[in-house]
Amino acid sequence: MLTILFDGVAYGMLLFVLAVGLCITLGLMNFINLAHGAFAMAGGYLTVVMMNRLGISFYWCLPAAFVFSAVIGVVLERVLYRCLYDKTHLDQVLFSIGLIFMAMATVDYAMGASPQIVNLPPSLSGRVEILGAQVGIYRLFVIVICGLLTIGLQFVIAKTRFGSRLRASVDDGRVARGLGVNVTGIFALTFAVGSGLAGLGGALGAPILSIDPSFPLKYMIFFLIVISIGGTTTITGPFFASILLGVADVGGKYFVPEIGGFIIYTIMVAVLIFRPQGLFTRSAAR
Amino acid sequence: MIFKSILAGAVGLAAGLQFTAPAISQETVKVGLIATLTGPQAASGRQKVAGARLYMQLNGNMVAGKKIELIIKDDTGVADVTRRHAQELIVNDKVAAIAGFSLTPLALAVAPVITQAKMPAIIMTAGTSVITERSPFFVRVSFTLPQQSVPIAEWVAKNGAKTAVSLVSDYGPGIDAQNAFKMRFEEKGGKVLEQLKAPLANPEFSPFLQRAKDLKPDALFLFVPAPTAGALMKQVIDRGLTEANIKVIGTGDITDDDQLNGIGDSVLGLVTSHFYSAAHDSALNKKFVAEFKKANPGMRPNFIGVGGWDGMHAFYEALKKTNGDTDGTKLVDAMKGATWESPRGMMTIDPQTRDVIQDVYIRKVEKRDGELYNIEFDVVKQVKDPMHK
Repeated sequence: MLTILFDGVAYGMLLFVLAVGLCITLGLMNFINLAHGAFAMAGGYLTVVMMNRLGISFYWCLPAAFVFSAVIGVVLERVLYRCLYDKTHLDQVLFSIGLIFMAMATVDYAMGASPQIVNLPPSLSGRVEILGAQVGIYRLFVIVICGLLTIGLQFVIAKTRFGSRLRASVDDGRVARGLGVNVTGIFALTFAVGSGLAGLGGALGAPILSIDPSFPLKYMIFFLIVISIGGTTTITGPFFASILLGVADVGGKYFVPEIGGFIIYTIMVAVLIFRPQGLFTRSAAR
Repeated sequence: MIFKSILAGAVGLAAGLQFTAPAISQETVKVGLIATLTGPQAASGRQKVAGARLYMQLNGNMVAGKKIELIIKDDTGVADVTRRHAQELIVNDKVAAIAGFSLTPLALAVAPVITQAKMPAIIMTAGTSVITERSPFFVRVSFTLPQQSVPIAEWVAKNGAKTAVSLVSDYGPGIDAQNAFKMRFEEKGGKVLEQLKAPLANPEFSPFLQRAKDLKPDALFLFVPAPTAGALMKQVIDRGLTEANIKVIGTGDITDDDQLNGIGDSVLGLVTSHFYSAAHDSALNKKFVAEFKKANPGMRPNFIGVGGWDGMHAFYEALKKTNGDTDGTKLVDAMKGATWESPRGMMTIDPQTRDVIQDVYIRKVEKRDGELYNIEFDVVKQVKDPMHK
């Protein structure tokens, strides 16, 4: 029983790290980047290449995946995405969907289509006993990392100077620029961090989820569910939404395996009927 | 078609007639190979195309005086696309046969098309029993899931398992596999505690595996399509099912040759039942594996690759038998009852059901020359699909 709860939380945490970058770009920058999953995939594949081909330790792969995806993110932001900030949401959606297909084809060509398998270091595999429940060490590791990230992110956005500049740039870019805030730089940095987090999520997820070229499309649904339930105005909203989804998904499949796969969709539909603005949003401001 | 064969027969007599000669000497017979070359199942498409091409490379492209041309189409694993390609191949390219079909729904989608066009369709991969009953023009050279599941059910019952749980992907072949497993396992006095079905698209197996573990069966039977197997096996090992004294067994899909090395040493000793292993001990298979590796660096043939090979063989032999006549009904009739040696061993096309009859091996994962292989240690001879009436 506890094992199931634990697995659910770990899965939810993973979803959160994967989706949080999208929440940042969507909620704070008001930009719909459906290709977010492609950044996660980049991180996942970097891990695969570093571990399986170059034999580098898994622990190094995590920061490397973050940096790698962040760099890709910043390059794309400077070259492509910035042209779309002023465009309508439909243009943004079409553009980023196009990017997904390009990313999928590129990865398919470079790495092959079969799912990649990552073998964890011995120190992260196996199980430990916590409160009488058997718990996978790797899932524990995921929970710890993701927990720390959440706290860090919430702190940066709510409490630091950078956070308030970011919020100011989002609310009214022109005024913020007039007050001497480097809006372009802040957006680029935020985009990079969002993409980097996706890359980190991809690397963390590589041993649990399977990494293959269809990853961005497969997980886009989960990201969108997280966002529609959690809202995009806070970090905590998507966080609790992810945990809820993770636990509901894993628990549902355990207790009622016949309909397990549908449970998250049922939850989403229910939430959207009763709280169309999302569970954790105070008002539908934007 | 009849007109053409009359012309072909008359070519010796009419050699001087210049207006017919070029048309005849150039006559080609086209075979449409619909494979899944992009998307999650793409690995299967590559194996299939490699197997089919290798057969043509080693056996030449001239059969019964006709030049064989292979037209390859990518259906991306979507049934609508398969059907559209089948229609185009029949109507525009005027193929003599189509082949391929990596998943059951893809094969079922073309059933009405081939029946109407009287077009032989050689199934190289898809493994649900019912497919061959959907059109009299289907011929299968791959396998059926019940055919593969029954031997392992017998084996595990014989080796002391009293209870079992099955976990399969929730689609046609998965349902077939779990039902066939349950049927034979319970015939042998065992009991299947629960039949778990995981959604095809979701690689997070942990809740299902945890449930299987908590039910404490003697054996856990697994089936998922080959490309998903790696992720599943890692989670099986991670969850410590073998340490909980649960014997993990399955069809060979979970220890697919293409993926086995990537899964890692933790699957050593895993017992599965299947019709093909790259380590199968025969002269033909050794040659097949060597040539396959030479033509496709970095790839090892798996059961899908051998399906591509045998699909081409079935067509070649049928065309020889009809003496170059490409009439659909005649080709299918020529394939019925055909027996040949494949890299997998001896196989026959059942004249009644047009389904494959073949040996199914019980194998164990072992290390040979630094690579993991499924080493065959027992065999059930000439298994027919138990679901066909």
